[in-house]
Amino acid sequence: MDQALTIVVSVLASMATLLLISVGLAVIFGLMRVINLAHGEFLMLGAYAVLVATRNGVSLWIAIPLAALAVGVFGLVVERLLIRPLYGRILDTLLATWGLSLVLVQAVSIAFGPATNGIGTPLGSVRVGGYSFSQYSLVLIVMAAVTLVVVYLLFTRTSYGVMARAAIQNPAMARALGIDTARMNMLTFGIGSALAGLAGALLAPVAGVVPSFGQAYIAQAFMTVIVGGPDVITGTSAAAGLLGGSYSLVSYFTTPFIGQAALLVIAIVLLRVLPQGLSGNWRTYL
Amino acid sequence: MAKDELEVTLTRLIQGDLSRRQFLWGTGLALSTIGLAACGGGTPTTTSGPVPVGSVLDGTGGLNIYGTVMIDATNFAVDDINKKGGVLGRQLKLTAFDAQSTNDKYVQYADQLMLETKAAVIMGGITSGSREAIRPSIDKNKQLYFYNEQYEGGVCDKYVFATGVVPSQQLSTLVKWTMDNVGKTVYTLAADYNYGHISSDWVKFYLNKDGGTLLGVDFIPLDVADFGSTLTKLQQKKPAAVMSLLVGGAHISFYRQFAAAGLQSQMKIVSPTFGLGNEQVVLAPKESAGITVAYPYFQELSNPTNQKWVADWKTRFGANYPYVTDSANAVWTGWHLWAEAVNKAGTVDRDKVIAALESGLSFDAPEGTVHLDGKSHHLTHNVNIAQTNANHGFNIIQTLNAISPDPQGQCDLIAKPDQHTQFTPSL
Repeated sequence: MDQALTIVVSVLASMATLLLISVGLAVIFGLMRVINLAHGEFLMLGAYAVLVATRNGVSLWIAIPLAALAVGVFGLVVERLLIRPLYGRILDTLLATWGLSLVLVQAVSIAFGPATNGIGTPLGSVRVGGYSFSQYSLVLIVMAAVTLVVVYLLFTRTSYGVMARAAIQNPAMARALGIDTARMNMLTFGIGSALAGLAGALLAPVAGVVPSFGQAYIAQAFMTVIVGGPDVITGTSAAAGLLGGSYSLVSYFTTPFIGQAALLVIAIVLLRVLPQGLSGNWRTYL
Repeated sequence: MAKDELEVTLTRLIQGDLSRRQFLWGTGLALSTIGLAACGGGTPTTTSGPVPVGSVLDGTGGLNIYGTVMIDATNFAVDDINKKGGVLGRQLKLTAFDAQSTNDKYVQYADQLMLETKAAVIMGGITSGSREAIRPSIDKNKQLYFYNEQYEGGVCDKYVFATGVVPSQQLSTLVKWTMDNVGKTVYTLAADYNYGHISSDWVKFYLNKDGGTLLGVDFIPLDVADFGSTLTKLQQKKPAAVMSLLVGGAHISFYRQFAAAGLQSQMKIVSPTFGLGNEQVVLAPKESAGITVAYPYFQELSNPTNQKWVADWKTRFGANYPYVTDSANAVWTGWHLWAEAVNKAGTVDRDKVIAALESGLSFDAPEGTVHLDGKSHHLTHNVNIAQTNANHGFNIIQTLNAISPDPQGQCDLIAKPDQHTQFTPSL
C-alpha cells in the first residue's frame, strides 16, 4: 500500500514534469506552428531568473511567478524582433530559433559562468509507512494540473482565446473582423514563453541550474507535443500522461535506461499507428 | 542530443545546396591533411626554443563542471614549470583546446596537436569516453600522452601515463570502509557509459571480496534528471549504502531529490565521483550531509606542500575559488612528473622520456608523495576517506598511504612494451 502510493506519486510527478515542460511549446509550436528550438533555453532562463531572485532574498514562492513573467516579457521581445517576419516560413524560424538558443546558452555562460548552480529543494518529505517522498513533488503535480486548467480555459472560454486562435487559423478573416492579429500573435507567443519560464522556475529546485539546462528537456517536450496531435492542450496533456507514466513505470520495474528507450518506442509506434497524434480523431476544441 | 541530430540534418541541407563548395572544401581539407602528414608527426625535432606541449579539456558544455578546474590547474602547472626555468632550460609553449564536451572534438584537436603543433606531450581527456576516443590515434602516432583524471583503471599502454586514482586504490578502500562502517548491502547507481559500467563491475568485485551483497545496479543515461523511480526502488530494496557512480551536471539532481525524499536517515551514499564536479559546493550542506567519498586529494589536507599550493592557487585564481578538486592535483602531478622526466632524460625525445618516467620517479604532490610505477604507468596514491561538512567542504576521517595501482601485477610495460590494452575486472 505505502509502496504503491510512492510509485503513484513518482509516476504523477514524471507526468507533471513532462506536462510543464511541454505546455509552453504546445502553445508556440502546437498552436502557432512556430518550431521554437530555443524552447529549452526559455526553460533555462526561467531557472536562472528564479536563481537570481532567490539570491536577492526573494522567497521562492514569489520568485517562481516572477520568473514566468520575466520570460514572458522576453518572449514578447523575441516575437517582435525575430519571429514576426518569419510566420509561415517553417525552416527559417527553425534556423532563427536554433541560433537564438546558441546565443542564449553562451550569453548565460558568460553572465553566470559555466558551473552548475542550485537552489535547495524547499519543504520536507512525507512519510507513508516504510516509504517517503518529497513534498515538492506534490507541488509539481498540483502546479501542472492548475496550469493545464488555466491554459485550457484561457484559450477556450475567454474572448482573448477565441481571437488568438482566429488570428492563427484565419488571419485574413480575423483582420477583416477588426482583430489586431499581429498584437494577438505577440501576446500568444509571450504566454507560451511565460509557460516555459514557469516550468524552468518550478524545476530549478529539483535539478542543477546550468546553461545547458534546457537540453535535457527539449527533445522530450517536442516529442510530447507531436505525439499529442492537433488538439494541442488536451492532446499534449494526454501525451504527457502516457509518455511520462510509461517512462516512470518502466524505469521502476527495469532501469531508467530502458525507461527512456520505452518512451521513445511508444512515441514512434504511436505516430506510426496514429499519424495525426493522439488527439487526431478527437472532437475537443483545443 | 536532438540538437546534434538536427545539426547533422541542417548541415546536409545546406551542403545539398552548396555541393560545389562542399567539394572544394573537402578537397582542400584532404590536401592539407596530406601536407601535414608528410611533415611526419610525434616528437618535435628542434632542440632549442620553446618546447611545444598540448592540452585538450572541456571548458564548455556539460563536462565543464570537471574541466574548468583542470584547465586552471594546467595553466598553473605550466606557468610554475616555466617560472622555475622550464625543462632543459627551455620554456614550455602550451597549446590548449576546448573540446566542448564532445568526443569527436577530442579526436580532432588531439590530431591537430600531434600533426601540426608536434607537441612533446599531450595531456587531457576527462571522461573515459574521451580518452578511449583519442587513444587509437595516440598509439598510431606513438605520442606521449598523460590522462590526469580518476577513472575505472586497467589502461596498459606504452605511450599512456595515468596520474588519477584507480578502483584498486579508491573503490577497494571505499567498499571496505562501507562494509566496516555502514553495512553489508549496497545498491549501485552508475552513469551509463564505459566508466560506469566497468566501475560497477569493480564494485561487485570488491563486494564479493569483502563479503558484501549487491542488491542491484541501475545505469543512468547522462541526461536523466528525474530520479523518482530510482528513489522508489531504493526504498523498496532498502540497501544500507548507495554506491553512486553518477557523473555530470544532470546527475547532481539525484543527491537533491534523495535528500528531498527524506532518504538520508535510511541509507548512506558513498561515492568515488561525488565532489569532482564540486557537487558539495552546489548542494546545500543539509542536502549533501553524510555523503562519504574517497580520493587522494582534498583541499583540506594539512601537509605543508598542499598548504602552500592552495595558498598560491587562491592568490592566482581568487580567494573565492569554489574548491580545488582531486582532478586539479592529478593534472598538476602529471605536468610536473613529465617535466622531471624530461630533465632526467636530458631530452624531450619520446622514448628517452618514457624510459625516464619508467625509472621510478617520485613527486611531492599536494596529496603527499607519489611514486610512478614504471611497469603499469600509474601512480601509487595516498587515499583519504572523507565526509561532507557544513562548509561545502570535506572532513577527512581516514588516511591510507601509498596504495599500489596494480596489486595483481596485470600490467608490465617494461617487460612487454607492445601492450596497448585495457584490463577489466574478471567476475
